[in-house]
Amino acid sequence: MQKRLVLDQQQIAIILKRFCHQLIENHDNFDNTVFLGLQPRGPIVLDKIVGLIEEIAGQKVPFGYLDATFHRDDFRRRDLPLKANETKIEFLIEGKKVILIDDVLYKGRSVRAALDAMIAFGRPLKVELMVLVDRKYTRDYPIMPDYYGVKVNTLESQYVSVEWTKNGFDKDAIWITEKA
Amino acid sequence: MSQLSSRHLLGIKDITSDDIQLIFETADNFKEVLNRPIKKVPSLRDITIANIFFENSTRTKLSFELAEKRLSADVVNFSSSNSSVKKGETLIDTVNNILSMKVDMVVMRHSSPGAPHFLSRNIKANIVNAGDGTHEHPTQALLDAFSIREKLGDVAGKKVAIIGDILHSRVALSNIFCLQKLGAEVMVCGPVTLLPKHIDSLGVIVEHDVQCALAWCDVANILRIQLERQQIKYFPSLREYSLYYGVNKKMLDTLDKEIVIMHPGPINRGVELNSDVADSEHSIILHQVENGVAIRMAVLYLLAGVR
Repeated sequence: MQKRLVLDQQQIAIILKRFCHQLIENHDNFDNTVFLGLQPRGPIVLDKIVGLIEEIAGQKVPFGYLDATFHRDDFRRRDLPLKANETKIEFLIEGKKVILIDDVLYKGRSVRAALDAMIAFGRPLKVELMVLVDRKYTRDYPIMPDYYGVKVNTLESQYVSVEWTKNGFDKDAIWITEKA
Repeated sequence: MSQLSSRHLLGIKDITSDDIQLIFETADNFKEVLNRPIKKVPSLRDITIANIFFENSTRTKLSFELAEKRLSADVVNFSSSNSSVKKGETLIDTVNNILSMKVDMVVMRHSSPGAPHFLSRNIKANIVNAGDGTHEHPTQALLDAFSIREKLGDVAGKKVAIIGDILHSRVALSNIFCLQKLGAEVMVCGPVTLLPKHIDSLGVIVEHDVQCALAWCDVANILRIQLERQQIKYFPSLREYSLYYGVNKKMLDTLDKEIVIMHPGPINRGVELNSDVADSEHSIILHQVENGVAIRMAVLYLLAGVR
């Protein structure tokens, strides 16, 4: 299978640090900001960001995991239904600035579902979207990231796979591969 | 696996242990949804569900209706007492008339065992059995096992005693199938007249002494005496039944361990279960009711997802 490396471990680390500095710049001491990782792959990025902010700014920030399976628009339209993941949000987001984090932004449908799922926890003051990879020219909804690591040109026949050492891979890496 | 092996939920006998695990995992997620400030998700917004109840029900009907509304389904309710069934309409005609109004799923309770199976062979909609006579009540068994899993961590390896009127109980049969599929040991306990003749062929332990059953088990699921289904006298009096088979706090105090008390409701207080047990910390009866909504949401969601 053809594979093309998009980001290697060092580049990912640099991007994650840049994200943290941008967040510190935009959100001061995070006293009104919460972080949500979009299941199933956003929480890994979220955990890294939260850890780095604590390291760089000495600040513990509130975070949670959001699953949008029950809010998706493709229920009964897929061959196989998606399996839901855990939602773990132990705070209300009413009046908060929310940073929504995912690994790859593709059609924008997951983010739309996430925005819908999120308001079950209150009306946020503002929502910002952070993704490692933004797939260009593929959006079905008018959704743009506020923070992105890299923009890539991809075809429908390709997918972006994100590998983490946490999931058993040798190195953190992001690839573009052809669908089987 | 992300979908059930069946298009219908007719009985626990027809589904696999993998199906049950999938229902539990999905119910875990819905339980979290039910604890949110906004307890509603839009998953079933293009689905219409008919709740067809040919028999009385409070808890099950409310629980299904709430589950359907939490999933954003459109709901129509039907009960036989104020319908054309009284005018002689057949079951299949009644249901076909409802389905011609573009209903996608049917939740049905009926006094005849096998009624939902009959429907599933004759109509296109997904069928959920909400109790068919003395046969099965699958969602009750699922929520019972889910409540045991929640309280004790797992169902496998646990000893569960089902005590009371086993003969007339659809809850007992579904519970036996469900608990055994999940790896629990099951005992049934009651007077000889209220146990079916060949119940031991299901691989359950049979006991007639309630104190022995309580000493054996980790969980006691106590069933109601179903006087409405009893055509003949199975025991001399309710007072005598209560003396021999009623569970009270004094009996639990004599045990050298803590056991979990369950009851599918409605409770006949002072008959099969005393208030000092029903309202005690041993009892998870109200948790069962709470879990019922999450389990029914999971069942409806998973069945609707099967194309």
